[in-house]
Order: sequence, then C-alpha cells, then structure tokens
Amino acid sequence: MAASFGVSSAAAANAVKSPALSPPSLPVIRSEARPISCRVNKSRKAGKITTKAVAAQAENPASAASKPGHEVLLFEALREGLEEEMERDPRVCIFGEDVGHYGGSYKVSKGLADKYGDLRVLDTPIAENSFIGMAVGAAMTGLRPVVEGMNMGFLLLAFNQISDNCGMLHYTSGGQFTIPTVIRGPGGVGRQLGAEHSQRLESYFQSIPGIQMVACSTPYNAKGLMKAAIRSENPVVLFEHVLLYNLKERIPDEEYVVSLEEAEMVRPGEHVTILTYSRMRYHVMQAAKTLVNKGYDPEVIDIRSLKPFDLYTIGNSIKKTHKVLIVEECMRTGGIGASLTAAINENFNDYLDAPIVCLSSQDVPTPYAGTLEEVTVVQPGQIVTAVEQLCR
Amino acid sequence: MALTRRSLHLHLIRPIFSARLLTTASTSPISIETSLPFTAHNIDPPSRSVQTSPHELLSFFRDMVLMRRMEIASDSLYKAKLIRGFCHLYDGQEAVAIGMEAAITRKDCIITAYRDHCLYLGRGGTLVEAFAELMGRNGGCSKGKGGSMHFYKKDAGFYGGHGIVGAQIPLGCGLAFAQKYSKDDSVSFMMYGDGAANQGQLFEALNMAALWDLPAILVCENNHYGMGTAEWRAAKSPAYFKRGDYVPGLKVDGMDALAVKQACKFAKEHALKNGPIILEMDTYRYHGHSMSDPGSTYRTRDEISGIRQERDPVERVRKLILAHDLATEKEMKDTEKEVRKEVDEAIAKAKEMPSPDPSELFTNVYVKGLGVEAFGADRKELRAVLP
Repeated sequence: MAASFGVSSAAAANAVKSPALSPPSLPVIRSEARPISCRVNKSRKAGKITTKAVAAQAENPASAASKPGHEVLLFEALREGLEEEMERDPRVCIFGEDVGHYGGSYKVSKGLADKYGDLRVLDTPIAENSFIGMAVGAAMTGLRPVVEGMNMGFLLLAFNQISDNCGMLHYTSGGQFTIPTVIRGPGGVGRQLGAEHSQRLESYFQSIPGIQMVACSTPYNAKGLMKAAIRSENPVVLFEHVLLYNLKERIPDEEYVVSLEEAEMVRPGEHVTILTYSRMRYHVMQAAKTLVNKGYDPEVIDIRSLKPFDLYTIGNSIKKTHKVLIVEECMRTGGIGASLTAAINENFNDYLDAPIVCLSSQDVPTPYAGTLEEVTVVQPGQIVTAVEQLCR
Repeated sequence: MALTRRSLHLHLIRPIFSARLLTTASTSPISIETSLPFTAHNIDPPSRSVQTSPHELLSFFRDMVLMRRMEIASDSLYKAKLIRGFCHLYDGQEAVAIGMEAAITRKDCIITAYRDHCLYLGRGGTLVEAFAELMGRNGGCSKGKGGSMHFYKKDAGFYGGHGIVGAQIPLGCGLAFAQKYSKDDSVSFMMYGDGAANQGQLFEALNMAALWDLPAILVCENNHYGMGTAEWRAAKSPAYFKRGDYVPGLKVDGMDALAVKQACKFAKEHALKNGPIILEMDTYRYHGHSMSDPGSTYRTRDEISGIRQERDPVERVRKLILAHDLATEKEMKDTEKEVRKEVDEAIAKAKEMPSPDPSELFTNVYVKGLGVEAFGADRKELRAVLP
C-alpha cells in the first residue's frame, strides 16, 4: 500500500538494497503541485517539471553507460535549486552573512553574487534579529527572500522576528500580507562545534503557528525542498545539517520539486516503522543493515516535513507494522519526537501493538569532547537494540 | 603594583637561564612614546608617553612570544586533528591582551568572544589547561566540555569564552553592574570585534551602561574583517570608537602594547568616575577567522605580510628592548627557545590526559544539592536524580 515517492539512489550513504518491492500502485497525487512549464537553464531539457521525478536507480546496469542525471554534492544541489529559482523569478533574493562575496560559509551561494549582483545576494552585517526582520518586511511587499542563518543556532537571536512577524503576520493582518520567506541554515550535532553551535532549532520553532518546517537529508530532496520552499507562499524553515553537505548523489537533469508536506519512504518493510529525519536517517540506515542481517524488516520513513507531520504516510505505515520507533537528533524534552509521539498516539492508538519508542539526544548542552559528543546523540547500536526490544 | 605584576607573571616563567633576565631586570621607570597618537571622541586623549620599566618590557616580550607560540602550536594540533570543531586564533592581536593585563588587576573582569585562548593565558590560565581543553581532555579549564570557545577562569575574573557574536556584551554590562553594586572599585572590560560592532545588543547594553554610569569599558578589537566580510562592507561607519555617540571613545594602535596599556589605564580611571567608554583597538589577525577559513580569499597575502613586517607587536617590543639595551639578541632568542620548549612540554602533558568519563555528560547541567529527583508514575520508584 505504501506508494513510493522517490527512492533515493544507492549512491546515498548506507542505502540498503531493499527486497523485491510490491508492484507499485498508482501514485496518489496528494500535493497540489501541477506540472508547470517554465524557463530553465539551457543545459537542462526545457519542458514540464515532474512533481515526482525519481532519481536514477543504480540497479539498472544496462543504462550504466548513459546514466541520466548528474552527480552533485548536497550543497551543490541546494545551490542549483537556489539558482534555478532566482533565474525563474526575479523577486527571489538572498540575505545572509558572508553569502555574497565569500560565497557562503558552506558554499551554498558560491558564485551567485557574481551572477546576480550585490543587492540580490546581500551580505548582511552580523545582526540576525534585524536582517531576518528585514526579510520579513521585504516579503510583506512581495519580494521572496531566502535568508541564511550561518548556523541555525544564531537564529535564536531572531526568535521574535521569526515567531511574531514571520509566523503570525498573515493571520493578524487577516490574510492581507503573505510572508513567502525561506529561512535556511545548517544545524545539528557533529564535528565537535561546541554547545552553542550544535543546536537543533526544530524543537524550539515547532510551536510557532504559521510557519512550515522541512528537513532535507539527501541532495535529491535538498534541491527539491529548496525549490518548493521558495515557491511556497508560506514562510518555510529549511533545516540542513552540518555533516550532510558533502553527500554525493545523482539527481535528475530535468526540473523537479518535491512536496513540502510529504514524507519520504526510504526503505519499505514489514516489522517496524522507523521514523527519522536529517542526519539520523543515515544512522538508521546503518542500523537497518545490521537489522536485516539479523532477520528484521524495518520500514524506514524520512519524515522530511517537521511541521506539519505527514500523518497519512506515517499512518499507512503504522497500520501495516503496528510498531513505531522514532529516531531523532532533538533533545528528549519537547523535541520533534515528543510531538510526533503525541500525534501518533492520538490518531493511531488502535493500531499500535506496543508503546512508541523514541530515541533522542540527551537533554544536555552538547559537550566539546569527542567521546562525550558521541554519547549525546543516538548511535546505530542503540537503534538496533531498540528494534530488537520492540519486535520481541 | 609592580610587585603584583611580577608575581602575576612568575608562574608563566620557569627558573632557567633566560628567566634570570626577568628576575634581575630593574623596575626603574622608562618613558616611551607610543607609535601613533590616540584619536579621541568626546574626551581628551591621554598622553602619548607611557611609563614602563625594563622588567615590564621584557615580560611583555616573553608573554607575547608565549601567546604567539601557543597559537601556532594550536594551528599544528588542529591540522593533526587533535583539536576539532572551531578554533579561532589570536596571533597578531597579542598586544591587546598583554597591554590590558598590564594596566589592570585580577579583580577587574574581562569578558570576550571566541578568540579567547591568549586572554585566558593573560589572566593566569596555564598552558596545560588550555591545551587540554582544546584537545577535549578532562584536565582542561572547562573539563573538556566547553572547547576552544568556552575558556573561563572565575578566580581570575575571566568570564569567557562565548560563541554567539555579540552576546558577551550584555553579559559584560552585567558584570559592571555587579561591580557598581558591590562598590569594589573594579571595572569590566567587554571585548568584541568589528563584526560584533553591528549587533543591536551592543547598543542596548551601551545605553543602559551609560544611563546608570556602570564601570563598563567596551573594547572593540578591530581586525578589519568579520569572518570573510571586510569592515567597509558591513559597517556604514567603521569608526567604532565614535559609535557610542554620547559615550566617549578612544582609538588606539592595537599592535602597540604600550599604547594599549596607556589606553586601558586611562579607561579604567574614566569608567570608575564617569561611566562607560569605548576603546577601539586597531589590530590584525594573521590567521583566517578560524581554522576552517584560509584567510586569503578575502584579503591579499601582501596585506598580511605587509602588516607582519611593519606592525607586528612582538617585533615592536623586541626593537624597543634592543634600542634601550635591556637585553641582547641572543638572550631574546634564548627566551623564544625556552618558550617553545615550555609549550611543547605542555602539549605533551595535555596529550596524556584522558578524555572525560561518559558520566560527565550529565554533570554540571544543574547545580547539585537542591534535591532534584524525578520519581516514576507511582512516586515510589526513583527514576532519575538530576546531577
């Protein structure tokens, strides 16, 4: 019953060769995206965008010589998405620290300032509260700013602007103003960046009414989500992860967007539903390898949409497996996992054979020492143990 | 005052050959002119001639060489992957740390951002603790849990060590508030960079400090680049010492340790009587913003080597020492060798220290002793004791 929405290619780290898929049922088009023809780069085929373009499957040896698509790293995929949208719509602009002249601290906007100029790719001073406020103001008049937080943690300085202005203005103005901003940046734990630079803001922002939150995890969905977020009339916060920028994958040449509200089926299975997002997806897939060797068949879903949750996909999975494991990088208290647990309990309680298990990071500031930092986040070994206990 | 200063530096010295130089150096006053005059805003600048002594100059030299050596060693350790994460190096800016320490006591507070290794040393931190913290060992000043950006030393009035740009300034004004509250005749130096000078919280804190006459001294270490963005790209008015408007300001040559000392002395006297003052230190960093930034994509190598040749703080003090015949070339070279050995030994010692125990993950989240326990659903089973 699970419709596949875009299976990531085997080039993505730790992908598991899934057993024979059940014959795909007609894909249910739940998103409102319609194929739109638009100007695209000369190097790509002009024509309609496909809403559910599937990345090239590595399992087809016949086409190995002329594999469709091109290989990119995740930060390049983000840049492609940005560039295509800026080309398509002159109202799209970029704000951020060191995004222009320096090219972006993670190279996501490299080369764009040379192409589009200093005003359209704006190097802001270090004043997060104010330049995010500026982005909201610009959006109120019709511009479509993409704001970069050099590290998501810095956006805490702009919490008021994001919560009250970005999130609420559409409501408090009775619908007069739309705020089509995209706020993006890397967050998460990794590489021993210390407590203040390893924050997971998805748990802090999830209560803000009016914003949408998505988390990308592969080059394919990074580009798709970036484009979808820019085209969305709602404010979208796009969470990237510091450790995922150098992931390599083959993505389609033709233009595509992915739906902001849909989850991604990473690995269909029968025994247990594992819900995850962002970097933890890779820890889960690593654990899945071990689990498959031990005879388990986990179904792995990358929820991607952190606000609102794609309860349809999640629910279909639960109705099949009856057991849920959530693996997230947020802290235990008040994280995405906590909200997801509540939502699943409310909606699918009858289908659960066991209490939901939620593996999250410890409720501590992220320590600098490498050994301590490892223990702070969920490791694949813990995921394997949790599945074994759940499936007993 | 001279005695305190000598004892403050003594534990940076070990009693071998060239250290004798310091113990025998006289404290008789010499008067030296700063290289550049001070530029003042809303205040009369202090005099250009600075009172110093052979002992002070020699200890400036030794301490700056020590700081420089520590930062270069940290560079190698980072490339050897013993230091991970972010590492922001201070070489080129040593004169600010040294000059400031020479003008103040340990009761005065210093707070800074993430470029804090040398300030920690200046405040009395040991090399071993610094390297252990950088390498994430449990002998580090924050037990390995803070890292490069979180060095603190409470007993010496060093309040860190902060990762979020600009957030340390309101904290510093809080320190100044507490000092005014307890009337203990001390001041707070809050240090920030040209990048942070554009943060709103600076002006909020400045307004409050001026409103209540807090003994706050805001020190802008202007190294002309906020990560990759040059100051003219980020600031309409790069005259950071004037930005306080109603608060007086002083622009200082930050590569001249004596000028920094004079300015800090002047600022301390002012702050105790009249409230906040801004000091802008015109300085330069040789490394990039951090170890992940090469530092050459937004500035030319000629610029960097030009500053190194003309304005290097260590060279300036070396020339002064030679000009006043306080030590020979050979003696200074021996000091450098000794310092290098000291740093290498500290690194070796720090490398032997173990990583923190996994149980340390949960310590210091809260303060113990408030009986914080969490019981199970029936209140009988103890589920957790918060550390």
